[in-house]
Amino acid sequence: MLRNLKPAIISAVVVVILSGLLMGVRLSQQGTSLVLVGGGADVAVKIGAAALFLFLFNLFRDHLARLWHKVPALPRTPAAFSVLAARPSTQRLLWCFLIAAALIWPFLSNRSNIDLATLVLIYVMLGLGLNIVVGLAGLLDLGYVGFYAVGAYTYALLALYFGVGFWTGLVAAGAMAALFGFLLGFPVLRLRGDYLAIVTLGFGEIIRILLNNFTSLTNGPNGIGSIPKPDLFGLEFSRRASEGAQTFHEFFGIAFNSVHRVMFLYFLALLLVLITLLVINRLLRMPVGRAWEALREDEVACRSLGINPTAVKLNAFTIGATFAGFAGCFFAARQGFISPESFTFIESAIILAIVVLGGMGSQLGVILAAIIMTLLPEMARQFDEYRMLLFGLLMVLMMIWRPQGLLPMKRPHLELKT
Amino acid sequence: MNAVAPLLDVSGLCMRFGGLLAVDQVALQVNEGQIVSLIGPNGAGKTTVFNCLTGFYKPSAGRIRFRGEEVSGMPGFKLARKGMVRTFQHVRLFKQMSVVENLLVAQHHHMNTSMLAGLFKTPGFRRSEKEAMERAAWWLERMDLLDFANRTAGTLAYGQQRRLEIARCMVTRPSLLMLDEPAAGLNPRETADLQTLIAELRSEQGLTVLLIEHDMKLVMGISDHVVVINQGSPLAHGTPEQVRQNPEVIKAYLGET
Repeated sequence: MLRNLKPAIISAVVVVILSGLLMGVRLSQQGTSLVLVGGGADVAVKIGAAALFLFLFNLFRDHLARLWHKVPALPRTPAAFSVLAARPSTQRLLWCFLIAAALIWPFLSNRSNIDLATLVLIYVMLGLGLNIVVGLAGLLDLGYVGFYAVGAYTYALLALYFGVGFWTGLVAAGAMAALFGFLLGFPVLRLRGDYLAIVTLGFGEIIRILLNNFTSLTNGPNGIGSIPKPDLFGLEFSRRASEGAQTFHEFFGIAFNSVHRVMFLYFLALLLVLITLLVINRLLRMPVGRAWEALREDEVACRSLGINPTAVKLNAFTIGATFAGFAGCFFAARQGFISPESFTFIESAIILAIVVLGGMGSQLGVILAAIIMTLLPEMARQFDEYRMLLFGLLMVLMMIWRPQGLLPMKRPHLELKT
Repeated sequence: MNAVAPLLDVSGLCMRFGGLLAVDQVALQVNEGQIVSLIGPNGAGKTTVFNCLTGFYKPSAGRIRFRGEEVSGMPGFKLARKGMVRTFQHVRLFKQMSVVENLLVAQHHHMNTSMLAGLFKTPGFRRSEKEAMERAAWWLERMDLLDFANRTAGTLAYGQQRRLEIARCMVTRPSLLMLDEPAAGLNPRETADLQTLIAELRSEQGLTVLLIEHDMKLVMGISDHVVVINQGSPLAHGTPEQVRQNPEVIKAYLGET
């Protein structure tokens, strides 16, 4: 304890000096001259309390560390449960249950909850897309939101200038995001690890800044509004049909209800998520999926076996970007209004957090994490400014207790049947 | 003496790392169906030569001809597709993947990798998957690893991992197999088995082998031709018998007397 006395005193003094200067004194103008005004008694109390806390913390750090060791680790999943969970039939059952729940959900809940669920589905789609790049191919992409933005703006601009509908826009957005992924990936994928992360981070920011400043095309920070909503085979979800179109409630002869549109958007998002899941599941069982994983494990060995690492990485990058493009297009159509504000770095961080939290490469994990990451900020709304702090706390705790993620990946292993 | 052009023809190979000349003017020929060994004391530059030949390093000078084609400076994966496949001094398996998947990854280049075919499971795609699986199964059987097919590769015993690495090379259908110290870490029994295996692969598959090895019993017992390098420079070459009696070689291995 005495050993810790010196650092404890030093840290307390540092706190007093630093916060004393930063918070304790203030410059204020009196007439024409500046005078130094001391902070009130409450500031002094706060500084004193902080200094005391740090002093005690440092003094008793060894004891605290010992206490920390006594904190029980999160219970491991029992072996029997793991075996059961790994069985394909259990997993199929779980999937069926999930999908059924997702299908019934909108009929049992209210408008705002359906809307929230749609948001969750968008993040699921983004998480699954980034999962290909980060979880499967092992490429750290910090600018994933860039492709999301490309998708959203592709549809918004096409609708604005050429009056393109949602379904055409969806394809175009996917293709455009894929093109951007390809163009970015081509020079960048020779880089490794940290360098790749930095370049992709830059790319995400460049896209956002470009959208912000290219005012003549994108309307800059004012964004693009009145983006057309999706239609169901030409049936619109509005009270009155536009020129030469028919509305959903007229066609089916039911009363107009604005919830119909929310439900339709929800089911559309669900459809997109299911397609994404199906495609990724196929990809995992294809040579390219195996190559991704092999590449993540040992790039040198891959090269020695005739696999072109750049081509395989480019593949992952492009496919991941495509899904972001789809998600972006849907996002634009759902919001009806987009601006560069929606595509800041924090979005990339959240999507990455979803992938890491869920367990790299695990699809069920990503879905679970997307739900948590979207619902948590909503539920913690009353904590307002402390929300992000809560977010950080959750991340730290996760890294301590379950660094492998909520549901670590169980890849479908190909079995040799003899 | 040989009318047929060698499968692999290396001349004047140099590799410089900054001021260090790691490989200096190394030359070697490997004829079709031969087993050639590259030996030398520790740090002689054997693995560097290997890395140059397989495209992991870009040699500073020299020419490498494979089937008469100039291949020096070509990226490693292209060389592998041409039929030059190597193993590594330290086993480099895909440890998290199952044994059979290791063999499937290796066949990537030979498979139907079209996106659409795979997404829609076209008959062509299914056939390609099935063939790859059969080939993998055949080699697992051949290497006595069939019982471990669905195990994770990292959980195999060391000797089995070595065999799996060779199997993984073989499924790529190579014409030249380059083994970097395949006997390292094997016990005498396993080394003897390895020797039989290499000899059998040559006779069964018409394989040509270039070998780096420290185990002299293995080298002398199996090689048609031995090339000795010391401190990056070629020291001697010839049949095992000639090399064994070469005073220069003895000096390099045992030091000045």
